Amino acid sequence: MTNISRREALAAGVGFATITMLPLSWAHADKALVDKAIADFTGGASVSEGNVSLDMPEIAENGNTVPLNVSVDSPMADDNYVESVMILASGNPTPGVATFHFTPLSGEAAATTRMRLASTQDVIAVAKTSKGEFFQAGTTVKVTIGGCGG
Amino acid sequence: MAKSKPRVKAPKKASAGDVVTIKTLISHKMETGLRKDKEGKIIPRKIINKFECSFNGASVFSCDILPAVSANPYLEFTMKAVESGEYNFKWTDDDGSIYEKKSKLTVA
Amino acid sequence: MMKIFGKVAAIVAGSALVATAAFAEDRKSYPAPKDHPLSEIISGYEFRTPETRALQDDDFENPAYILLDLGAELWSTADGAAGKSCASCHGDAAESMKGIGASFPKWSKERNKAITVEQQINICREEQMQADTWKWTKDPNMLGMTIFVKNQSRGMPIVLDNSPEMETVRKLGEEVYYTRYGQLDMSCANCHEDYYGNYIRADMLSQGQINGFPTYRLKWNGVGSTHRRFKGCMKNIRANPFKPQGEEFTALEAYMMYRAVGLPIETPSVRN
Repeated sequence: MTNISRREALAAGVGFATITMLPLSWAHADKALVDKAIADFTGGASVSEGNVSLDMPEIAENGNTVPLNVSVDSPMADDNYVESVMILASGNPTPGVATFHFTPLSGEAAATTRMRLASTQDVIAVAKTSKGEFFQAGTTVKVTIGGCGG
Repeated sequence: MAKSKPRVKAPKKASAGDVVTIKTLISHKMETGLRKDKEGKIIPRKIINKFECSFNGASVFSCDILPAVSANPYLEFTMKAVESGEYNFKWTDDDGSIYEKKSKLTVA
Repeated sequence: MMKIFGKVAAIVAGSALVATAAFAEDRKSYPAPKDHPLSEIISGYEFRTPETRALQDDDFENPAYILLDLGAELWSTADGAAGKSCASCHGDAAESMKGIGASFPKWSKERNKAITVEQQINICREEQMQADTWKWTKDPNMLGMTIFVKNQSRGMPIVLDNSPEMETVRKLGEEVYYTRYGQLDMSCANCHEDYYGNYIRADMLSQGQINGFPTYRLKWNGVGSTHRRFKGCMKNIRANPFKPQGEEFTALEAYMMYRAVGLPIETPSVRN
């Protein structure tokens, strides 16, 4: 068996860690980008917590396909309905994911899709009503980097 | 796969006032534009960027899609059944291709 | 020093147990026959998260059905110089292909070797249809047709061809299964027999059962074959993989059917 000194082993370990860390630091959307996306969506109006429920797994088995379900409490009547819901991922290279547009004919302000998450991060849903109100909800999803699945 | 194939599961019958669930899926790689090929060149972005569902010409649901949506984009949403008629489902690709599917609904 | 180490180890072991238990509670298992290397036979489905299982539970939400639809279409589409389709000889797949996915690989007397469903498809294309053969692992046509054929056996338990020839093939497969390969010097058994139900880093190890293949794999963003998965495992242990549909992987597939005996076919499954 070859003898590797403790120092060599440590150095190798550090080197490896640096290599694997780099893409992660690149892959982070700026908080400013998230704030800007929300400001563009709301036109600067204030956003309240609540009314929106964002359902995602606490731990995603693979970041390629993470289920997302969003629903907003709303009568979905002609004079009061949810117009759109924007989904943002704070830790992806860019925060935008998708924007759902509803009409009173939708019946419910609810949609399900599957999204990509580059790493463990917060996902945010911002809803806009026909009355010009804004609501938001967020959730943290842990993304596992697997032994063989990663 | 060269050509994208849409799949839709939408009820054919409903009672007036029912809120029905519609599921759609289309085969597509959803190339993000962030990946590099073996030579280190960026693989250009190519995604489905928009989905629209209308019923008898009226908008039911639509979605602006970005590269963070998974390959083979899946969308599930609802519609309030008011009258009989035809659903129209439409996906728009970055390359300009449009994929469409239609199906009928009878409201009793 | 040892004391501290012992404590740390105990905590680590403790948390590992907790983490395992969360998934282990309702893992459905099938009894293993006498002298089988496993005490219980468990599908890979049982090791996946509720979200991944949900994708498989609904035939519409399972993206592999795009390829199943393609396979169904190809089944009755004539191709090649003979102007035949699969249906020209085999008729209704729901009848003629029932059980195939639960019993292949099987022994071919004419070829004097074991053949997989994929190999049989290309044999038919070449000899009966006089059509071009399909590529083994990534061709959507091959994947679609393999899924379509195996799907006709969905829910049927895996049964073995007990001919002495197949016994010999499975012996070779067993040897491949237990041989340590690559720079990491690991065998299939080191993960999938010794440590299934435990985490390898953040991944939950399964028994490596093949009853759901070809599968829609989240990591692949698409559908892949049994032999592509074998290849991936060998790369993970830094070994030179055998050739898809070559003698070793065909034997390994045959032996994996023995390890999965009694397990229902799930093709097309969804895995991580």
